[in-house]
Amino acid sequence: MKYTEEHEWLRTEGDVVVVGITEHATTQLGDIVFVELPEVGTTVAKDDEAVVIESVKAASDIVAPLDGEIVEVNEALAENPGLANEDAVGDGWFFKIKPSDPSQMDDYMDEAAYKDLIA
Amino acid sequence: MSDLLQTPLHDLHVERGAKMVPFAGYAMPVQYKLGVMKEHEHTRAKAGLFDVSHMGQVRVSGDNAAAALEKLIPVDIIGLGESRQRYGFFTNEHGGIMDDLMLANRGDHIFVVVNAACKDADIAHMKNHLEPDVMVTPVPDRALFALQGPAAEAVLAALNPAAADMAFMDVATLDLNGAECWVSRSGYTGEDGYEISVPNDHAVALAETLLAHDDVEPIGLGARDSLRLEGGLCLYGHDIDTETTPIQAALIWAIQKVRRAGGDRAGGFPGADAIFSEMAEGVSRKRVGLIPEGRAPMREGVPLFADAEGDAQIGAITSGGFGPTVGSPVAMGYVATAQASPGTTVYGELRGKRLPLTVSKMPFTPANFKR
Repeated sequence: MKYTEEHEWLRTEGDVVVVGITEHATTQLGDIVFVELPEVGTTVAKDDEAVVIESVKAASDIVAPLDGEIVEVNEALAENPGLANEDAVGDGWFFKIKPSDPSQMDDYMDEAAYKDLIA
Repeated sequence: MSDLLQTPLHDLHVERGAKMVPFAGYAMPVQYKLGVMKEHEHTRAKAGLFDVSHMGQVRVSGDNAAAALEKLIPVDIIGLGESRQRYGFFTNEHGGIMDDLMLANRGDHIFVVVNAACKDADIAHMKNHLEPDVMVTPVPDRALFALQGPAAEAVLAALNPAAADMAFMDVATLDLNGAECWVSRSGYTGEDGYEISVPNDHAVALAETLLAHDDVEPIGLGARDSLRLEGGLCLYGHDIDTETTPIQAALIWAIQKVRRAGGDRAGGFPGADAIFSEMAEGVSRKRVGLIPEGRAPMREGVPLFADAEGDAQIGAITSGGFGPTVGSPVAMGYVATAQASPGTTVYGELRGKRLPLTVSKMPFTPANFKR
């Protein structure tokens, strides 16, 4: 698992990368009540806004961590946004991206570095 | 947050895991460990304890205190019975709302509770206009709690059975936990409940006693906001301000007939001409409830349009968010009178898209007051 400074987690599954936000992020955001996911098939560039999430407190954006194509989104999350609070690193995933340059993964933190960031 | 004021319950909040935020110059709990959603749901299901000690408590005393306050507030204060409470607001010379407030007739004085952000201005306003005929005395040596929810009566009656005998908007002096408390059966959540003014040196003990009850959880400002929004209640500085009049704000019900044109004590408050003219001729905009059709919350500042396309902005949202009890987003805001009828579809512009909302009656959740 890799982590971004934006509190996203990235898990490689074959040739795609699953993206979600960390428990630290969901705790900070509070109860998530709305998630707007990208369309499957969208090509995104790194740092493009990919997801809008709204908690009881405020709206925030989740950016694409990699260049690539969105190949799957978590429809269950759109139906039940609270999944992101309940299981941030599991059922609360946001989308799967097929990276055009997998070496971009190297830019991101490992778990130890991320734990230092949020400590 | 070192320059922020603290309420007598500050350490209690921190010990209970509150996230403290600056609010109106005070460090206040925005949520505890339960989080906003569960705190909201707990209040509607059982009872929540809110620290609202940041609000301004003021005694107005003297033989003609009620008559004096009527010079600043367009409601019937002379006719307010002893041990009864009423909602009101200060108006300015244009009919705009300077602050909203609660007034209680406590026999030898009128007890006024005003918003935290406005309290210094409100106190100065009353002193400037009303003294020396009456005395305006701030009460900084008392904390203020709200105990809200269907279990509130049983919780408070366990400390003093007389709490159960109070009806909605009654006020009483009750001994609670050994402290002389000024209690009203009211609040700002749409639920039954009480507001309790307690001497500062008894505040922590009373709060701990109330929180020791299985049905009571501490509730932060986050849930207080979503509760009052579902209750259709205005937040000063957002839904009402000096640019909005009581008529535009759909608060005409708070101006009793005796103070309206043709009443025995018509007018005599700042902005009476402007307000009476709006009552006679109608207003160009009104505060309404709004239910977004989709799941996306629409918050304060979202512009509203009559149509899915076109430039004609007809208003804006002044409060909005997710309504945990409603289970969907809810909002309130101002729209042009032509769009103000319940059932009308208007469009909010969110992230570049026009999304439909339905103008709705308020409250969004049924009020559970003890009539």
